[in-house]
Amino acid sequence: MSVFARPQAEREAALLAELTELTAHHRARCAPYDRVLSSLGTPAEFGSLADLPWLPVRMFKTHDLKSIPDDEVFKVLTSSGTTGAGASRIYLDKDAAAEQPRQLGATLREVLGGKRLPMLMVDTVGIIKNRRSFSARGAGVLGMANFGRAHVYALDEQDRPDVAAVKGFLEKHGHEPFLIFGFTFMVWQYLYEVAREHSLDLSNGILVHSGGWKKLVDIAVDNAEFRRRFAEDTGLTRIHNYYGMIEQIGTVFLEGPSGNSLYCPDFADVIIRNPDTWEEQPVGEPGVIQVLSTLPRSYPGHVLLTEDLGVVHGVDDGDWPGKRFSVLGRLPRAEARGCSDTFAGAAS
Amino acid sequence: MSLNDRLRSVFTEALQLDADADVENLKYRDIDAWDSVGHMALVAAIEDEFDVQFETEQVIDLSSFKVAVDMLRGFGVGE
Repeated sequence: MSVFARPQAEREAALLAELTELTAHHRARCAPYDRVLSSLGTPAEFGSLADLPWLPVRMFKTHDLKSIPDDEVFKVLTSSGTTGAGASRIYLDKDAAAEQPRQLGATLREVLGGKRLPMLMVDTVGIIKNRRSFSARGAGVLGMANFGRAHVYALDEQDRPDVAAVKGFLEKHGHEPFLIFGFTFMVWQYLYEVAREHSLDLSNGILVHSGGWKKLVDIAVDNAEFRRRFAEDTGLTRIHNYYGMIEQIGTVFLEGPSGNSLYCPDFADVIIRNPDTWEEQPVGEPGVIQVLSTLPRSYPGHVLLTEDLGVVHGVDDGDWPGKRFSVLGRLPRAEARGCSDTFAGAAS
Repeated sequence: MSLNDRLRSVFTEALQLDADADVENLKYRDIDAWDSVGHMALVAAIEDEFDVQFETEQVIDLSSFKVAVDMLRGFGVGE
């Protein structure tokens, strides 16, 4: 069953009921969350999704926010916080830990199908060899491994491109659909460049990538250019960027087949807000991205104000129903942060 | 060899368990060796041994030895 099926009006009606219930659920179980909402004078009923109270994502760095008793904590996720504000801590109980990969799977199924495809990981084999799975990037890569099989890594243990491994993978699997996963700038630097140089044929690939454009903006590669050059130089056209964050683990906003727009799965939505007035922006006007998802039950992350800028391009007028949007970058004042940043030192 | 015995030896080898480990009662993340990296190796080893191919959802749901036994029975693997 597709999780990209709900038109906007239907989505908002369903989400309003579920997120209102979740707000009450978290108020009853997470005292700091309830204190914040009480101080804001938050009511118990809301007229629309935009009326729901949001938390800034940053609060997960400065506060322990969880809606489960200590003895039910099964897993604590931490973001790759750099300097300053520290790392977010996200608490999952057994149910939440089991649910998030299922919903991620349901989301990606839309573009991958149910079968696990041979998978080229655009990352270092050191992640598995040295079990360097403690970095957020390593954990992100390994979390995706479930969606593929016969995994091959595009970088060797010294983080150098392993051209022989990539060629071997393509010889074996390149004639059938295969999955490519990696962080955006790694995919560009270590797959696109290598594929172009060695004239590799990636036309049967399905690329799923994430991690932000900051490093690529410097070399003037945006999403459209990324797609154009991959198609032209490697034959790869099935490309799906996604946007998600650890503070809403399991929820990803996925680029549709036509490209250049991200879509919300049925259990999620976005609202773009004016950074001065906090009013909802009309279609086409950039602002701060707020993300809503019914997944977070073990911590109050169901309605979050991100530190990213974005713009809604249209509603119910694209590849899939609902809003379609783009991420434009970080808020100017936001601390530099991101999973792929852990590679910055080694890569430069 | 019975399904249980074959699966026990796949688990023992893929997760590098001690010979006397309580494999039948093992659950995902009970031990360090069965983390996400171990899981990849384990899934691949089970698929090889029993000549089956799990779907994505099954890989996610394969969270204990007992679940693995049930899944393999579902594939029609003989006892």
